Amino acid sequence: MNIIDRRLNPSGKSLANRQRFLRRARAQIMKSVREASGGRSITDIAGGERVSIPMDGLREPSFHRSAKGGTRDHVLPGNREYVEGDTIPKPERGDDGDGGPDGSPDGGGEDDFHFILSRDEFLDIFLEDLELPDLVKRNIAKSQSFIPARAGWSVTGSPSNLNLVRTMRNSLSRRIALKRPKSDEMKELEAKIRGLEESGDDPELLSELRLLFDQMLTKSRRVPYIDPVDVRYNRFEQLPKPVTQAVMFCLMDVSGSMTEHMKDLAKRFFMLLYLFLNRRYKHVDIVFIRHTHEAKEVDEDTFFYSTETGGTVVSTALTEMKRIIRARYSPTDWNIYAAQASDGDNTSSDNATSAALLEHDLLPLAQYFAYIEVGAEYKDWLGRETDLWRTYKVVAKPGGNLAMRKVRVRSQIFPVFRELFSREGVNAIL
Amino acid sequence: MPSSDAPSLLFDGADWDFDKVRRVHDSIEEIATTEMGLSTYPNQIEVITAEQMLDAYSSIGMPLMYKHWSFGKHFAADESMYRKGMRGLAYEIVINSSPCISYIMEENTMAMQTLVIAHAAFGHNHFFKNNGLFRQWTDAKGILDYMDFAKGYIMRAEERHGHAAVERVLDGAHALMNNGVHKYPRKKVPDLAADLQRERERQAYFEQTYNDLWRTLPKSPEGVHESRELADRKARLGLPEENLLYFLEKTAPKLAPWQREILRIVRHIAQYFYPQRQTKVMNEGCATMCHYHICHRLHQKGMISDGALLEILHSHTNVVFQPAFDDPRYSGLNPYALGFAMMEDIKRIALTPTAEDRDWFPDIAGCNDPWGALRAAWADYRDESFILQYLSPSVMRKMRLFRLHDEEQAKEIKVAAIHNERGYRDVRQTLARSYDIGRMAPDIQIVDVDLEGDRRLVVQHRVADGILLDEAEAVRTLRQLANLWGYEVRLIEVSAETDVVFKQHEDVGPSE
Repeated sequence: MNIIDRRLNPSGKSLANRQRFLRRARAQIMKSVREASGGRSITDIAGGERVSIPMDGLREPSFHRSAKGGTRDHVLPGNREYVEGDTIPKPERGDDGDGGPDGSPDGGGEDDFHFILSRDEFLDIFLEDLELPDLVKRNIAKSQSFIPARAGWSVTGSPSNLNLVRTMRNSLSRRIALKRPKSDEMKELEAKIRGLEESGDDPELLSELRLLFDQMLTKSRRVPYIDPVDVRYNRFEQLPKPVTQAVMFCLMDVSGSMTEHMKDLAKRFFMLLYLFLNRRYKHVDIVFIRHTHEAKEVDEDTFFYSTETGGTVVSTALTEMKRIIRARYSPTDWNIYAAQASDGDNTSSDNATSAALLEHDLLPLAQYFAYIEVGAEYKDWLGRETDLWRTYKVVAKPGGNLAMRKVRVRSQIFPVFRELFSREGVNAIL
Repeated sequence: MPSSDAPSLLFDGADWDFDKVRRVHDSIEEIATTEMGLSTYPNQIEVITAEQMLDAYSSIGMPLMYKHWSFGKHFAADESMYRKGMRGLAYEIVINSSPCISYIMEENTMAMQTLVIAHAAFGHNHFFKNNGLFRQWTDAKGILDYMDFAKGYIMRAEERHGHAAVERVLDGAHALMNNGVHKYPRKKVPDLAADLQRERERQAYFEQTYNDLWRTLPKSPEGVHESRELADRKARLGLPEENLLYFLEKTAPKLAPWQREILRIVRHIAQYFYPQRQTKVMNEGCATMCHYHICHRLHQKGMISDGALLEILHSHTNVVFQPAFDDPRYSGLNPYALGFAMMEDIKRIALTPTAEDRDWFPDIAGCNDPWGALRAAWADYRDESFILQYLSPSVMRKMRLFRLHDEEQAKEIKVAAIHNERGYRDVRQTLARSYDIGRMAPDIQIVDVDLEGDRRLVVQHRVADGILLDEAEAVRTLRQLANLWGYEVRLIEVSAETDVVFKQHEDVGPSE
């Protein structure tokens, strides 16, 4: 009898099946995920999700007999009062459990399939076909660190990189090719010789064998077991290492004109961006800069929850960002993203300064700069463009790395986010 | 080792370790082989976690299984139920292989492990090794290697032909899995010598039974000619054929060799599980009987404590619980309960028979060898024949079985038989039939192919008891069948008795 402890076996044996299942149900799951995400808060989104999807394409059909009609006989246990010949009125809709597996009409939800998506799967599907714009090119051009990667074999190297399998394979083929006598054969011959020596039976054969043995011995000395030509080492190549860290600047106007609702919209957008960056980079730093007529780097709580009064001068925030980049986040080592949320107000004298700052100092450094203009839920702002919007519009070029969108209600956040990052040529399903 | 005169407990307390498991296994083995005469494959006990148990669930209990989305779907469903606490997990899974692999869960207490080892590693194991169906249809030594091959083959096919192409074949094969088994051993292809011998015997028989009267019979009418062509074609294709997967594998015109191999793999797996589908009651009954007896013997010998026995009995009682038909918990006859009750009764009949038992079971009544009688039953029967042979009046009375007769047109359901002198045989026969998959599964056969015309495949459902196929499911399955066949498929439902056509479904073509 064997007892085997399988508990330490790698878990997730059914992972491949799960991936196949998710791929199969992709369209349905995607729809369900998108629908679900509209009404939920961002922190929930990151927490995995119970989804239910329609059964289309997930059925496993087989031929089986219908549950209705025909002549049937059932044997049931637990008879109490029936005697042979009794009759029982048929239940009207086959609902009152007479043992038959009648499908009880449980309403429309019957056909849905429920299961739980993990957080990663949820985000994968949710953020699918979103891409960080123009990333790879800049990364590799600027990367300075290297990682070793396996690249074939070499005949020189340090002993720690010795490749035993290759070496022994070469050695074996050389030994076969040069007909080096095998140690088994030599041992056998030696034993034979010793036998003959002891018995002294056949001196002629003995001398013959001795000669043969001597020949084999010299040959095996001449053809070494392992020759320097056999030896192989693992070879490593130095590959440039892409920058895998990013910093995300959150800029927000906190002057009196920003309502709670606007801040909420902004927060949602920031968090989505954070989740997204987190999946693309190993390490993501966040810098919060809030501004009124002056800008300050603050922590997250202060950023979202403390109020401040004052005017609105956007360029202060941009200057602060520029200062922080210079001080802490060298563009060679960091991918820089910025998201700015504002209601669009700015002191008119500041517009030109802001535009110049953005265009000449910040955009060249940043991978991407997103400007989100948040508006009041019910305010009709059709046709009227805000100061900041007009300012930024001049700077924004098609194909550039400045993107601008307006958001008024919560449900617009996800579509706008997807729109900003959707992969080129792919129309996001909204 | 505990000696018989100085018995000592095999374990104490709830925690288990490998040492205790081994000791318990050895003691159980002694009881099983010497007292009960069980003969088993060598055991391999594997300890797994709850998550691994879920894994095993989703891939129909096999330790090695190829990858398919449906297993992922089952896993997701099981997991979701388990997480919500709506369903517990089985204590064990056992695989019909040699060595016989039993999975036990790490969460179980030592008493539960004892129960599980007695149940799976000896009860099921003995049944797998000795039951005729398993011996005939499954190869316990080869199954794990075969599954390994199957998994690798399908993985390579996926690499080579793409996931979508392989998935399409597997979907089709899974839909027809229940129609992919040979129910009878294939006829041996006769060799020349045997053929000659048979021909000679036939001649001799003709000569012996020659009667001039036959010559005077009128000749069969003309017009048989056309049906001869049909008969010829059928003979060449081996029609009618009820093993749909086998037929497709051999004759589907559009399949590539690798696709045929996949059909073959699924067919082999279906065949491997076919005996299990026919022996649920017996298999579980045998295992329950074994654990019940073994655990009692361990207790009698002083090897397990009263507490452990009580814990075991508690689980045992849950397992064999049979709610009455009007109980909200009722969901059909519990195979554990039925099997255990019948086998306990066989033991009783062998040891202390009543006059009625001597009447009904003259062979085994009072033979004083209960395990011998049970071993014979385990070896030679399947559920249907076992119930037909061994369901005793006393069990029927105890379970208060009765038969309902339900006709579509009638307004009322009739109580046709109950557990009395007049009803015993009736109830027993009906119950036995309901365990005959040959009767309960629809009888579906391929009857004709127009190979020279549009290559339409004609499938027939021979309707028994007026019960047609579930329409929506049938159409979906036909689609899968058409995908494999490559051309249109037609399903006709005809009466098994009169060949009257009940229903002809619309022709279904392959999906694009």
